[in-house]
Amino acid sequence: MHLHDLWFILIAVLWTGYFFLEGFDFGVGILTRTLARNTNERRVLINTIGPVWDGNEVWLLTAGGATFAAFPDWYATLFSGFYIPLLVILVCLIVRGVAFEYRAKRTEQNWQRNWELAIFWTSLIPAFLWGVAFANIVHGVDIDAQKNYAGTFWDLLNPYAILGGLTTLVLFTFHGAVFTALKTVGEIRERSRAQALRLGLATAVLAAAFLIWTQVDSGDGWSLAALVVAVLALLGALAANQVGREGWAFALSGATVAAATAMLFLALFPDVMPSTLNPAFSLTVENAASSAYTLKVMTVVALVFTPLVLLYQGWTYWVFRRRIGVQHIPAPVQHR
Amino acid sequence: MDLAVAHETVARWQFGITTVYHFLFVPLTISLAATVAGLETAWVRTGKEKYFHATKFWGKLFLINIAMGVVTGIVQEFQFGMNWSDYSRFVGDVFGAPLAMEALIAFFFESTFIGLWIFGWDRLPKKIHCACIWMVAIGTVLSAYFILAANSWMQHPVGYKVDAATHKAQLTDIARVLFQNTTLVQAFHTLTAAFLTGAAFVVGIASYHLWRAKRGKETDGRKTAAMRTSLRVGLAMAVVAGLGTAVSGDTLAKVMFEQQPMKMAAAEALWDTQSPAPFSIFAVGDVSRGHNSVELEIPGILSFLAHSDFSSSVPGINDTAAAEAAEYGGQPQDYIPSIFVTYWGFRLMIGFGMTSFVAALIGLWTTRRKFWLAEEYRTGEEEPPRLMLTKHREMNTFFTQWSWRIGILTMGFPLIANSFGWIFTEMGRQPWVVFGLMKTANASSPSVGVGLQTGSLITLTALYAILAVVEVGLLVKYAKPGPDTSERPPAKDPVLRGPSDGDDADKPLAFAY
Repeated sequence: MHLHDLWFILIAVLWTGYFFLEGFDFGVGILTRTLARNTNERRVLINTIGPVWDGNEVWLLTAGGATFAAFPDWYATLFSGFYIPLLVILVCLIVRGVAFEYRAKRTEQNWQRNWELAIFWTSLIPAFLWGVAFANIVHGVDIDAQKNYAGTFWDLLNPYAILGGLTTLVLFTFHGAVFTALKTVGEIRERSRAQALRLGLATAVLAAAFLIWTQVDSGDGWSLAALVVAVLALLGALAANQVGREGWAFALSGATVAAATAMLFLALFPDVMPSTLNPAFSLTVENAASSAYTLKVMTVVALVFTPLVLLYQGWTYWVFRRRIGVQHIPAPVQHR
Repeated sequence: MDLAVAHETVARWQFGITTVYHFLFVPLTISLAATVAGLETAWVRTGKEKYFHATKFWGKLFLINIAMGVVTGIVQEFQFGMNWSDYSRFVGDVFGAPLAMEALIAFFFESTFIGLWIFGWDRLPKKIHCACIWMVAIGTVLSAYFILAANSWMQHPVGYKVDAATHKAQLTDIARVLFQNTTLVQAFHTLTAAFLTGAAFVVGIASYHLWRAKRGKETDGRKTAAMRTSLRVGLAMAVVAGLGTAVSGDTLAKVMFEQQPMKMAAAEALWDTQSPAPFSIFAVGDVSRGHNSVELEIPGILSFLAHSDFSSSVPGINDTAAAEAAEYGGQPQDYIPSIFVTYWGFRLMIGFGMTSFVAALIGLWTTRRKFWLAEEYRTGEEEPPRLMLTKHREMNTFFTQWSWRIGILTMGFPLIANSFGWIFTEMGRQPWVVFGLMKTANASSPSVGVGLQTGSLITLTALYAILAVVEVGLLVKYAKPGPDTSERPPAKDPVLRGPSDGDDADKPLAFAY
């Protein structure tokens, strides 16, 4: 296997990690409006991801940085080409991070309500836009001979991409509901499960449509296998949710996210950004990759540090393994 | 043609604004993380309450600050690709590596352990909790190191070759990129400046509280004790870091005289090569004609800064520009950066930074508790210190009052110095984005139009401005009341392997968003 193939896999792994982890915390952000009925319930939801959302987000930064290092042209074409969606995502992530940290720092109702609204929208918008971005990557966009994106912002909002966006939006929300069912106690846990059922069914419809479209559009045998795994995992997650096996439900909703992401990358390979203008202009793992030396250096770094990251991030989840409910939410800090 | 220039100019403004803004939070984060770690260690080791209160107090301000540092850092990572795609294509093979390492090694470290620290007060045994903030502190330093290695490569590219077929830079030696002298010296300089920044911040806020206590407006002795310790920690840190900043700055200047003579000539508005070369205190120049009309100088000092002797020759702007034009083509004036910005940026950096250092040096002496101090002038732990000039002589009321005020007013000086330092070093490298390899004019994204670029500049600037107001408002709100002395550490040290439910299953979280 070539190093650039290995790096294609590593990039896929980083995005999978990102969608698995930030997927549920986007979902939790969305559920603060659709599931929580009052401020205290919203705080329960926010605090289920309190200690971990920041670490989850770093998977995105690492995916971005690794793409820069291993496939500079992919990084350059993607980020300059998908300019507006990425700028919107950046603005959302900025506001979202600040919203989590600052929401409880003042007790004024307006202050808290505004940040809560911000958490909802800045979770919902990126959850949708990542699907749009990946659908476009897999399907291909207008890339010219200089490897630059030649289309417009509106070209990115084609029906297939919008279906992709809706799929990630609903899938992440489902994943989030399964997560809150696992992490909360009391009435909110019951409601999480009820909502997970509805969201799971919606996901099944959307994901089936989107993934089958993807399969027909750009799939092969491998991507079909991943598609089947994604569907089975989703059905398994729904079943586990129904019988109240919340740990299993979460593992399987995570597997759904992972298999769906894997399917997109398998459908993409060996391209990294196909051109719809001329296949000769497509960016591939070969023509977009860094030199063998750089890839070798980065391979060593990745193989040493990625397991370490998994280890201490896993430990964090273990430390905060306790379920929380409204009774655990402290009274708002009244500052003198 | 005009349009192309405008496009690159807008992209540069965005990079300048977002980077200077990001770097307001970075040095504070680096130094406050270490300060909080030190204070928590003192608490864990001694069990003294004042350290606990100080840890909690500075910890809160640190968290308000790091939130902004983290989120504005995301923009930094992505705007290379968004606005500088030709740059990214050309340098990605080399420049991407330290960026990816930064994310994988440093960002994960910081962000994971900060979560553990924030929410872990009642979940983690205190020694492990304390170790977490040390991990965060290490993460911030590592992060700074990697990104400075990347920046140093732009200042002085090493360990690469330009591939004959692709005409792109290719990494040949990662160790040289990570450990070249530019990286080492820049990291030393930036980190010492970062510690000076946090130290001045701590000194400023502690001065505010102690000055209030001095005037009888604050009567909680435990609060004063925590602030008094903080003041001393801050002053000592400022003196050590200030000294380090000066030494490393001098070393960095010597490196730059060698690697980018133009930057240093511009910093001095030294138009013509001189031996010995003087250090300019003040100058008003005529850029178009290439000379200064008013100059105030100290003879020989620039030679000393460049080469450690008072007589050697230092190349001037005109000669350096002619040499670069001969080497890379074009007209000499194409190679002259903005002399106004570099000259004054350099002076403001040194001026603001060193003022903080001198103020801290005076503060460290006058607020001493026992050393060289007559018995009757010593103050208790819960009282604000007297400002003592000599063993028996206290500052008079006027100077005392102004000393405390200066402590407060100089709080932001290193922040100003940092900003001018970065503006100086980045503007002084122009017209190059990678010195000698790629010009800034060729680095931007061809597929991003002026309109889009301007929209993005306006969006981010507006967002940053709003967040600045929010952030400063919160800092003031949390800094003003001082430490919450009613707060107590957890009654019993939490056990890691404890049952996840038990008697206290319904106890509220120690910290919640």
